[in-house]
Amino acid sequence: MTDATNTGRRGFLRRSIAIVPAAGALTATGFIAGQQSAGAAEPSASAPPAAGKAYTPVYFHPEEWAFIKAAVARLIPSDDTGPGAIEAGVPEFIDRQMEGGFGQASLWYMQGPFVPSSPLFGYQGKMLPREVYRAGIAATDAWCKQNKAGKRFADLDAATQDEVLKGLEGETIRFADVGGKDFFGFLLQNTKEGYFSDPIHGGNKDAVAWKMIGFPGARADFLDWVDKPGVRYPLPPVSIAGPQG
Amino acid sequence: MATIKKPSVDAVLVGFGWTGAIMGMELTAAGLQVLALERGENRDTVPDFAYPRITDELSYGIRGKLFQNLSKETVTVRHTPADLAVPYRQHGSFLLGDGVGGAGVHWNGHHWRALPADLRLRSTYEERYGKKFIPEGMNLQDFGVTYDELEPHFDQFEKICGTSGKAGNLRGDIQAGGNPFEGWRSNEFPLPPLASPNSAVLFEKAARELGFHPFPQAAANASRAYTNPHGAQLGPCNFCGFCERYGCYMYAKASPQTTLLPTLMKRSNFELRTRSHVQRVLMSADGKRATGVLYIDAQGNEVEQPADLVVLCAYQMHNVRLLLLSNIGKKYDPATGEGVVGRNYAYQLNGGAALHFDKEQPMNPFVGSGASGHAMDDFDGDNFDHGPLGFVGGATINCINTGGRPIQQLSLPAGTPTWGAAWKKAAKENYVYQTSVGSQGSVMSYRDNYLDLDPTYKDQFGQPLLRMTFDWKDNDMAMTAFIGGKVEQIAKAMNPKHISMGFKKKGEHYDVRPYQSTHNTGGAVMGTDPKTSVINRYLQSWDVPNVFVMGASAFPQNFGYNPTAVVGALAYWSAKAIRERYLKSPGALA
Repeated sequence: MTDATNTGRRGFLRRSIAIVPAAGALTATGFIAGQQSAGAAEPSASAPPAAGKAYTPVYFHPEEWAFIKAAVARLIPSDDTGPGAIEAGVPEFIDRQMEGGFGQASLWYMQGPFVPSSPLFGYQGKMLPREVYRAGIAATDAWCKQNKAGKRFADLDAATQDEVLKGLEGETIRFADVGGKDFFGFLLQNTKEGYFSDPIHGGNKDAVAWKMIGFPGARADFLDWVDKPGVRYPLPPVSIAGPQG
Repeated sequence: MATIKKPSVDAVLVGFGWTGAIMGMELTAAGLQVLALERGENRDTVPDFAYPRITDELSYGIRGKLFQNLSKETVTVRHTPADLAVPYRQHGSFLLGDGVGGAGVHWNGHHWRALPADLRLRSTYEERYGKKFIPEGMNLQDFGVTYDELEPHFDQFEKICGTSGKAGNLRGDIQAGGNPFEGWRSNEFPLPPLASPNSAVLFEKAARELGFHPFPQAAANASRAYTNPHGAQLGPCNFCGFCERYGCYMYAKASPQTTLLPTLMKRSNFELRTRSHVQRVLMSADGKRATGVLYIDAQGNEVEQPADLVVLCAYQMHNVRLLLLSNIGKKYDPATGEGVVGRNYAYQLNGGAALHFDKEQPMNPFVGSGASGHAMDDFDGDNFDHGPLGFVGGATINCINTGGRPIQQLSLPAGTPTWGAAWKKAAKENYVYQTSVGSQGSVMSYRDNYLDLDPTYKDQFGQPLLRMTFDWKDNDMAMTAFIGGKVEQIAKAMNPKHISMGFKKKGEHYDVRPYQSTHNTGGAVMGTDPKTSVINRYLQSWDVPNVFVMGASAFPQNFGYNPTAVVGALAYWSAKAIRERYLKSPGALA
């Protein structure tokens, strides 16, 4: 039994290593350059990744899609520190989650009665997460149009977008038909999941978020690195699907 | 729905995790025809836990691919008997298992024997501090089995698991480098301790220099290749960082699959039926004897399975619910304090300090095993004088690095914004340099913390859900405040750039959202008095002697340890009594 596993693992690592020379030299940041992620819909040249544009959403309507892209770009912005949610492909990740088990609460107990209760007992709503998104985006856009000179959320400037998101989070902006704080909670949770999960799920393109923080992803083999005071682990991340960028 | 009646078996096991596998091994070895019924699917290292797919944090760690599917069945929760309970709709505070191996697949492998004092807690406190020390409403009880009686079975389970550790008390001789507070052990651990991550090396030094007694955490994660007494082979742990919430792709973490099933599944007098969901224990007309169980199979058929012996081997909550649905034992009533089934539900009260170091001290947090690091037992059990402190219980304090999976385990200094540019910058600057010092604290049993059946919410078959009534009590909050002081002292001595303390405070209520502990206990407790226990000291039902109930549902109150080693030892202890005494003369053992 052990042999079978080890063979599988060695094979995987061999395949990973074999790609390294082809991908070229280490970049200035120490990471391997070049490789396209397995999940990218469209191979592009060496230009900065344009994730979120190439992907065609399955669940979100065009106006909802504009909202998602604008909101995640505020939750994890692009700046000199490193890639933001857009480069990481977080919108694609969230759209895919809406169509999957999370969006449809397939593993949650969803039988009634649905009783308003303390937040200490977790989300107790009747609406599926994807329904919360749909209603939450519509309610937020309606609120913005009414309070922000007729503009939708996606058309506001960054500072005003932040103000709206803080309003949802802090419940200074409330809606009749959907919990704004529930909506914000799902959005922030899914944004971080899309940023940090394995690229096989559509986010974290080219493992950009893992590279930024220094998580080696699916390497999952550190016997030689247990007791190494003062030494930072040097190898770049790999995905379940193989080497990344 | 057709009703099918199957041929009778000698013993039926309800649930096929750790205790089901142990009972399967022991009862087939005694020559019985044994059938295990598991409601979940079959699972094994290959293909279910194989690399690289198992390293998927989103699917396993966050979405809970291996956990109980709550859409089919969950529990309801409330804080007091006066409140309305609502369903535990998403996994959070505790992670219920499912499928072959149960939660024994996705545990961390922390392997603790109970302290001798833990097993006779009421007697210990009364003898040392007087009867008045135990507050009104606290249902402290002895287990009814002593450490000396369980020692051979602790030893046996360590050998099954290939546990890695360092003895602290070999037949009464205190050993340097081990836990000096532990009960005596007949043998050294089967394997030497796991190597310690960078963070635990700092913890060990800091704790030792403060005069405490740190030691390597005993781990059911093999530090070397190992062959157990049944011939099952374990590989060495490679610190992959995907342990709790995941199956082990390295065959290093002890689970029913890696230690017992390779032998058990080959025995001709053993049968496993998966996707077989037991509804209740079937009883004779006079209610004095179980005649078998009723289950629903994968196709929805109702199946009657006659058996001479019924062993409940499900998770703590499921065992209690099955007893309630089967009308075995008197239901507990918190108003009168009478009845036993559901009584003495307890949990654990944990805390921790998040530490962040500077650039000279990378912690490489992803380098981790479920139980790699150091722990100390100075303020656990009755290892310290409670007299001037005034509370019952204590906690283990540890620095265990289980991994650095970024969705769940990224830790940032207190005060960092939860999103935006500042959050991202903090993530980039701190991730590699993060670690934590944690505490795992006891929770006592109280008159109004208990389990019963919910009057409103139902499972997929229309049966009532289990209802949990639970909140924190002042005694346990006093314990965790005291422990928090010790943790802070050690954290400071480790000299990080930043410390963020995370300990609950008096007045806070139980919050089901953040993960805390899958060490739920009680509800079907063991003991020597049928008025205060569901099962006797051999885990046999007082009311229905051909029903035995395994698991942490037997604990009269909870301690500061992970329960699995005690659960395993109790299963071996019970199996021995069944083999040597019950089978010769089926009837009450007490």
